[in-house]
Amino acid sequence: MHLNRREKADPEIPTSSMADIAFLLIVFFLVTTTMNQDKGIGMQLPPAGESKKIQKKNICNIWINQAGAILINLEEEVPLAQLRGNIEARIAANDKVIISLKADAETSYESFISVLDKVKLAGADKISLASPE
Amino acid sequence: MPDFKKKSSVGESIPTGSMADIAFLLLIFFMVTTVFVRFRVTGIILPRAEKIEELKKRRLISYLWVSADRKIYIDDKVAQLDQVANVFYDRRVKEPRTIISLKCDFRAPYGLISNVLEELRRADTLRINFATDKER
Repeated sequence: MHLNRREKADPEIPTSSMADIAFLLIVFFLVTTTMNQDKGIGMQLPPAGESKKIQKKNICNIWINQAGAILINLEEEVPLAQLRGNIEARIAANDKVIISLKADAETSYESFISVLDKVKLAGADKISLASPE
Repeated sequence: MPDFKKKSSVGESIPTGSMADIAFLLLIFFMVTTVFVRFRVTGIILPRAEKIEELKKRRLISYLWVSADRKIYIDDKVAQLDQVANVFYDRRVKEPRTIISLKCDFRAPYGLISNVLEELRRADTLRINFATDKER
């Protein structure tokens, strides 16, 4: 009787395709990764119920109407392009000046943000947001 | 007669044995740094601004959306104005450093956003960020 010895199966895990699998997963993460950060204009709100008395000379009121027109201290209408320079001059004249932004309830958020942006660009760090009437 | 031996030729193959290790290392990097978008409210176009700052710590950020049709969303769900203070007060208690990112549509009325700010003041969540896109 002729008995052949059975060959043992090799118990090795094939690793040759491991790199392919890993690269496939990398491509997936590369495609799904979003690097965009949250960004915007940061503000610190005052605590509720807090009010301070401020001398009139140290306050600069900026009014924004429904159409987005800007009025400073109820006397001077300023185009948006000139707002930064105007605020910079006021800060240079009085570094204690507080910028108070007051917008109409129907003013668009875009107008409000563009004014806030210019005020921030002018270097104002004391900004107050007044509630619309 | 000197004995000239044939020079052994240098192997030209690129070693690929460590390819899997490199790939897995890259994979781990992308797995750790990937942040999936958690919430998405469609139809909101942010205004543009120049003086913007990036918010570094994402886990401290809570989102509040205001759409052009005057709807308020907190984490993808429609909310009423009087719910804002309660929701954010709870978050403020859990994480005192919470920053509220206000993602408001550029057409939204300022009156509503001002009311939202008043509610946030009531909830004592005072660190806010008006989300904007970078001016081109």
